[in-house]
Amino acid sequence: MSNQENKPTAVDYDAVPDAKGRFGDYGGRFVSETLIHALDELDAMYRKLKQDPEFQAEFDHDLAHYVGRPSPLYFAERLTAHVGGAKIYLKREDLNHTGAHKVNNTIGQALLAKHSGKQRVIAETGAGQHGVATATVAARLGLKCQVYMGAEDVRRQALNVYRMKLLGAEVIAVESGSRTLKDAMNEAMRDWATNVDDTFYIIGTVAGPAPYPELVRDFQCVIGREARAQSLAQIGRLPDALVACVGGGSNAIGLFHPFLKDADVAIYGVEAGGDGVETGRHAAPLNDGIPGILHGNRTYLMEDENGQIIETHSVSAGLDYPGVGPEHSFLKDVGRAQYVAINDDEALAAFRTLTRVEGIMPALESSHAVAYAMKLARTMDKDKCIVVNLSGRGDKDILTVADIDGITVGTTNR
Amino acid sequence: MNRINECLRTLQAEGKKALVTYIVNGDPEPSATLATMHALVAQGANILELGVPFSDPMADGPVIQLGHERALAHNTSLRGTLAVVSEFRKTNQQTPVVLMGYVNPMVRMGFEVLADQAAAAGVDGFLTVDLPPEESEPFNEILKARELENIFLLAPTTTDARIGSITALAGGFLYYVSLKGVTGAGHLDIDAVTAKIADIRRHSTLPLCVGFGIKDAQSAKAVASVADGVVVGSLLVSKMGELAGQPAEQIAEQTASLIAPLRAALDSL
Repeated sequence: MSNQENKPTAVDYDAVPDAKGRFGDYGGRFVSETLIHALDELDAMYRKLKQDPEFQAEFDHDLAHYVGRPSPLYFAERLTAHVGGAKIYLKREDLNHTGAHKVNNTIGQALLAKHSGKQRVIAETGAGQHGVATATVAARLGLKCQVYMGAEDVRRQALNVYRMKLLGAEVIAVESGSRTLKDAMNEAMRDWATNVDDTFYIIGTVAGPAPYPELVRDFQCVIGREARAQSLAQIGRLPDALVACVGGGSNAIGLFHPFLKDADVAIYGVEAGGDGVETGRHAAPLNDGIPGILHGNRTYLMEDENGQIIETHSVSAGLDYPGVGPEHSFLKDVGRAQYVAINDDEALAAFRTLTRVEGIMPALESSHAVAYAMKLARTMDKDKCIVVNLSGRGDKDILTVADIDGITVGTTNR
Repeated sequence: MNRINECLRTLQAEGKKALVTYIVNGDPEPSATLATMHALVAQGANILELGVPFSDPMADGPVIQLGHERALAHNTSLRGTLAVVSEFRKTNQQTPVVLMGYVNPMVRMGFEVLADQAAAAGVDGFLTVDLPPEESEPFNEILKARELENIFLLAPTTTDARIGSITALAGGFLYYVSLKGVTGAGHLDIDAVTAKIADIRRHSTLPLCVGFGIKDAQSAKAVASVADGVVVGSLLVSKMGELAGQPAEQIAEQTASLIAPLRAALDSL
């Protein structure tokens, strides 16, 4: 036992978050007094239900029969041959009902909302995937649903806006600030503070005040648990590396968390490099930001020298966020995960490659992960394996890609 | 003694109610702020809250959000706000000034540097919206060491147990948020406010001011009848937005004139 004392202090990944919702120096609960009671109530309810086998069974049942889990772990043989290097496996979250990983979390939080007895749910959304996933579960449970979305994103993601409306949700375009995801989150927080008695706030990522980063992580961990078991079954061992895109970081933490104690599995989070990290026009706080406090938690942020949050840039609306989930900040600082960046151009190239080589059209968010996995695979031996979280499908991005190509799809809606 | 405590003690001794005003530094333009602070004092404001603009004012309604946006368009910063207080102190050494804002610009400057410079500038206290008691260390201790007050919010949803732990930390005065929601919202339920204030009084003898939802003389009077003072913000910030583009003196006079009827209403109690 004595030689253990000479080793660097092992990180206890089960010990975070602590009782104050802290992941090391990150996380916490930096909100106005008005919201504290609601967070306390949510926390107490979640602690109870987390231990409740009936609740867990209900969650698992919905994941199996409504979402369609488990999602496959698919060996991308042609992509692997195309790249020439390590074997690339795709965790197919794009095959979930609603087309992305987001629904894992909204199923879980909708169950919490049901237990709370609140009849109205609200959400913030960037690319619209979380908004769609929330509108979907609200329709299924007969709950009133309002989704806040930055006006700029409403424009970029018109198809998802219409999907939400078809599902019976009201989409509220947020005109304040940079008119993107962060502003939608501000507005959702304001709504919650005002209507806290009858409203459940379904946060879409592993950010926000405690207990949200923890409970969203717990709901998304189904991704990593499945991927771990599927790797053992299909590859016969654990993969050598995991790759996932990181905006707020919920798909990434969902994949990473069940592997944190597997020290031989390298972990890569891919941020949105926009025009390039060196240009300052990006959405990569873990690559080029500093710790600060936004949206109720302490984490790495993109801000100016006065502590004002600055505008982010990414071709992908879902990654266009100046902060990141606090657990990612923690994993960066303790060195368990590496955070890299992929530029818009590289992501678009990966979008096209995966579409043409595998017949799988990834979301622009997930294309960042695919692009980095391709780079990484080239540097690894052919007997190594990489698992990439294909967090969503790219149907919603077709018009964005067509715009970039200078192509008008169809004529008009009429 | 800190100016806030001295001010509130004097008012209490005279049987008067405190009128606390909120404007955003740099709104609608930097030159308007100092003139408006002096004009508010001339019209009977007892304590000045100076809003420090932030890009993401999560707890504010649309009126004050726009005030922050107008101020940021002129690159107003926390350092610049301290400079305005220094300037104000050249001609006013009595009126307490509280900086109200969000924690991120304060983190960026560094709590110790901020507290040192705030004390030197003549700031009397801080009200940091997104720094609840659980997260208030080490800032609380840093302020205490410089005799600056840390002012905390209490809300309709604050439980009795929390009232106890918050009042144990609080300095200056207690700021009761009279309604659920953001600044400038909704209508006051005066019976509910009265009942909650009675709960709070059981825990603390600190003076208690009520804000969020004070729109006119009538609501100010109703609230002040059960509290030690009222805070008015959105009313003033809305006016300052309308006056954007006018000369600073005009902005100051017309904005400050709005509090005259509130002052009169409080003095009639």
